[in-house]
Amino acid sequence: MNIIVCIKQVPDTTDVRIDPATNTLIREGVPSIINPFDMYAIEEALRIREKLGGKVTVLSMGPPQVIEALKEAISMGADDAVLLSDRAFAGADTWATSYALSMGIKKIGDYGVIFCGKQAIDGDTAQVGPGVAEFLDIPQVTYVKKIEEIDDKKAIVWRMTEDGYDVVETSLPAVFTVVKEINEPRLPSLKGKMRAKSYQTTIWKAADIGADEKNIGLNGSPTNVVKIFTPPARTGGVLLQGDVNEAVAAVVNGLKQQQII
Amino acid sequence: MSDIEIIQDKCVGCGACLSSCPYGAISLKDNLAVIDDDKCTLCGACVSSCGFDAILLRKDKVEKSDISGYHGVWVFAEQKAGVVQSIAYELLGEGRKLADILGVELSAVILGNSIEQACRDLVARGADNVYAVSHPSLENFCDEPYAVILAGLIDQHKPEIVLCGASTIGRALIPRVAIKVHTGLTADCTALAIDEEKRILLQTRPAFGGNIMATIICPNHRPQMATVRHKVMKEAAPDSSRQGKVINVPYDRKMPASRTSVLKVVEEITSMVKLTEADIIVSGGRGMKGPENFKLIEALAKSLGGAVGASRAAVDSGWIPYSHQVGQTGKTVAPKLYVACGISGAIQHLVGMQSADCIIAVNKDPDAPIFKVANFGIVGDVFEVVPALTKKLQETCGK
Repeated sequence: MNIIVCIKQVPDTTDVRIDPATNTLIREGVPSIINPFDMYAIEEALRIREKLGGKVTVLSMGPPQVIEALKEAISMGADDAVLLSDRAFAGADTWATSYALSMGIKKIGDYGVIFCGKQAIDGDTAQVGPGVAEFLDIPQVTYVKKIEEIDDKKAIVWRMTEDGYDVVETSLPAVFTVVKEINEPRLPSLKGKMRAKSYQTTIWKAADIGADEKNIGLNGSPTNVVKIFTPPARTGGVLLQGDVNEAVAAVVNGLKQQQII
Repeated sequence: MSDIEIIQDKCVGCGACLSSCPYGAISLKDNLAVIDDDKCTLCGACVSSCGFDAILLRKDKVEKSDISGYHGVWVFAEQKAGVVQSIAYELLGEGRKLADILGVELSAVILGNSIEQACRDLVARGADNVYAVSHPSLENFCDEPYAVILAGLIDQHKPEIVLCGASTIGRALIPRVAIKVHTGLTADCTALAIDEEKRILLQTRPAFGGNIMATIICPNHRPQMATVRHKVMKEAAPDSSRQGKVINVPYDRKMPASRTSVLKVVEEITSMVKLTEADIIVSGGRGMKGPENFKLIEALAKSLGGAVGASRAAVDSGWIPYSHQVGQTGKTVAPKLYVACGISGAIQHLVGMQSADCIIAVNKDPDAPIFKVANFGIVGDVFEVVPALTKKLQETCGK
């Protein structure tokens, strides 16, 4: 069974620092990484390939620098990588992103499962996975924490809920968005790294996937950002050192004053 | 094609846009801002950061869809076993405000089985109309049939705003609906307002784990759709004397069978209180040193009537299940009180809890980053401080 994994390159928040003077994020020089949730998606795809055979293709959309992220997926063991890269894709919201990815997926063709991370850590929307499923008119299971059974036609998976999990059966092809609990992503192998070094990522422009210009990028996005602002930063409060009982009494007092208890 | 440009005559080289770019695509060259096309995603974050109107984001003229004829505010009311979930009452509380500003009706949509009482509850909480679809196959949430039915109702009745909870159900369902009805969707909003002049919904949401906030609009498509974060909006109060219409929508028997089915529902949260519902959360981190010491966290949580959370370090060490993890790869919470015990406060943890109203931190390292966000910090040994705090609270609250 062939598998497609949709990944996103995001800024690494572990490197985000705050400018003490302006209280804004310093993002210059922040390295880019594969969205952490997408790492679990890649890993799960590789595990299913090891069980059922087939090919794993990683797909992304973005500027040329995203090739780095795709190569990292190749070094982990993905067979192929495709990047949708065209200035016309830029400024896409989740509607236009889902559309473009679904057109790329149709061009790749022949897939049993499409994996996505449950959400990206920069936008946090969790909307693109279900959006892709809708454009492809295939079923979806979100927040997947375990794949219990899978064959060419159907799968039984665990969907994480607020209270626990649901055991869900679905026909394939389907879109699964995965959570952290599903696996522990492998590190790239030496062989994989060698392959990634010389690997030529396939790059498709809007015309290559037959995307309608009206539906992609900023033009195809129903939503617009009108304002971006930094929320007032939390400032530290009282720091209590020394006698434990005095510190505890001061805190409980404070909670009472703020009517929290 | 759309593009972005720095208007050189207006740019003063102040550099304010540099830090606004989430992708590090802007730099200063010869005292002018320069945008690197290879990195820029046209997200528009820089436009409002410029105090000199020097950044121009040009969007091609798009065909506007006909947005006249869309009226009313809708909320999708999530139910489990026929019981309306509290998020729906929060949506009705917020939806009422929006509907009153716009001078339109507030309606709720509910899908399920045996939902008569639920419909009455929705009316009592402020719904002028309740569109109810009842059928045994709709008892549990299933992505595709729910999306088909909701999209069908939207096409038929044309609401101008549709709100839904940013829950696991809402965030799976609503993206499919938004694609079906071809409109915009804003995820996980924490504030909603109306631009009264343009009758446009202003949807504000955190991004980058709450480090920046974005206000988003959907100018040319209807309905304007948003998921709303749980525990942010105030619940509508019940009033059993309220009158409203319940419209029973027949279930379309010709609807294609769902391609997914729920075989089993399993509850596994170990503590009594659900993390995302909790007003008070007590979390333990690496400093707890082992699973046995989470008893101290549980005792403190109990004395406060709160839920138990954990940092990634504690979860990855296998001390407590993943469902308790707070932070970037776990749950985002915004309780009234958050107590962090033996948690140093890595940025990934902070983004998951920094919107708490009040934060208490206990850590032995006075330089731990957690103290920078804490209202009350206690420098000390968690094994001394946590039991002392529990005891003091028990005395104070009598629990």
